[in-house]
Amino acid sequence: MIFPLIETETTAGGGAGLGVALVLGVAFGFALERAGLGSARKLVGQFYGRDLTVLKVMFSAIVTAALGLFWLSRLGLLDASRVYVPPTYLLPQAVGGAVFGIGLVAAGLCPGTSCVAAATGRRDGLAVVGGMLLGVLLFAEAFPLFAGFYDSTPRGTLTFPTLLHVSPAVATAALVAMALAAFAGAERLERHVNRGGGS
Amino acid sequence: MSAAEATALAVPAVRPAVRAEALPYASPYLAGVGLGLVLLAAFALVGRGLGASGAFSSVAAAGVSAVAPAHAAANPATAEYLGAGGPLRDWLVIEIAGVVLGGFASAWLAGRLGSAVERGPRVGAGARLAYAGGGGLVMGIGARLARGCTSGQALTGGALLSVGSWIFIATAFAAAYAAAPLFRREWT
Repeated sequence: MIFPLIETETTAGGGAGLGVALVLGVAFGFALERAGLGSARKLVGQFYGRDLTVLKVMFSAIVTAALGLFWLSRLGLLDASRVYVPPTYLLPQAVGGAVFGIGLVAAGLCPGTSCVAAATGRRDGLAVVGGMLLGVLLFAEAFPLFAGFYDSTPRGTLTFPTLLHVSPAVATAALVAMALAAFAGAERLERHVNRGGGS
Repeated sequence: MSAAEATALAVPAVRPAVRAEALPYASPYLAGVGLGLVLLAAFALVGRGLGASGAFSSVAAAGVSAVAPAHAAANPATAEYLGAGGPLRDWLVIEIAGVVLGGFASAWLAGRLGSAVERGPRVGAGARLAYAGGGGLVMGIGARLARGCTSGQALTGGALLSVGSWIFIATAFAAAYAAAPLFRREWT
């Protein structure tokens, strides 16, 4: 096994890890801007059916990374057990997601794309950055009120292959099939809406 | 696969120049594959994915700590973001600094830089900025509850087939669609 090159635990304060963080961040920001996701107007098109760029970019990225991860481990190049998987907390993530979604459609940008929007001169992007900082600050200050809920329904590291007792190959294939179906649906919906059938 | 190679894939041949007209955006599928390769590079190089909201938490925690160090250290939700080296030694803060640089570079190369407040014809700039700030605040709370945002949960956890991350994707999209009619006047 060659990968991961640097262990997660050592990246927090490690100079090499921070260099990688900067390079990956530049590529991340570049890709988001190329896709047009530094534009709030374009991004929210997702939720009015006229421009499903968010879905297309996100699912293409997820499928690419998942396929790469699968094949790198299958070829013995990457030890997938050493890649950090965010732990599952069922209720906090369901409720947090819903709260996040409402904020997202109002802001027109997500936390990552708000940084891109701000960097390209969009002052609404800067306002989202400011709002985010205030939001995480308020959450932290009010944390004693939420602490019980925040740690409720923990399921540890839980992935679909484990939950459904299927191999990573089956789960990854299902993900690809789902993404292809979503792309086909997205193209049809965009054509329908932009022909005047919807908003 | 290096990050530089991943970047090159998403870059059409452009020369840095002052452009009369901005270049069109890249194909979302091509940009998505490029983004996926960046994410894969993160898994392979440092054994972790990308993120964004964690950087905001680190910066906010550093701010609280600078004003009231004892108060910050006593709150577990703040203390967990106070790294030994301060926010400038934090992985996600450095990554987000890269996002700012990369987003700027891409927009510059494509002739898309420029001061603006993006909004529909029916709202003023002030109203749009209020929606943006308020939306950001609500997103910040949601991201903290969910332990991540579109980057750390949806992209990273989604690619790792994490159940909690897909719950986040489902409820975030459902809520955004449900709330979208309330904010239609912001854009049309």
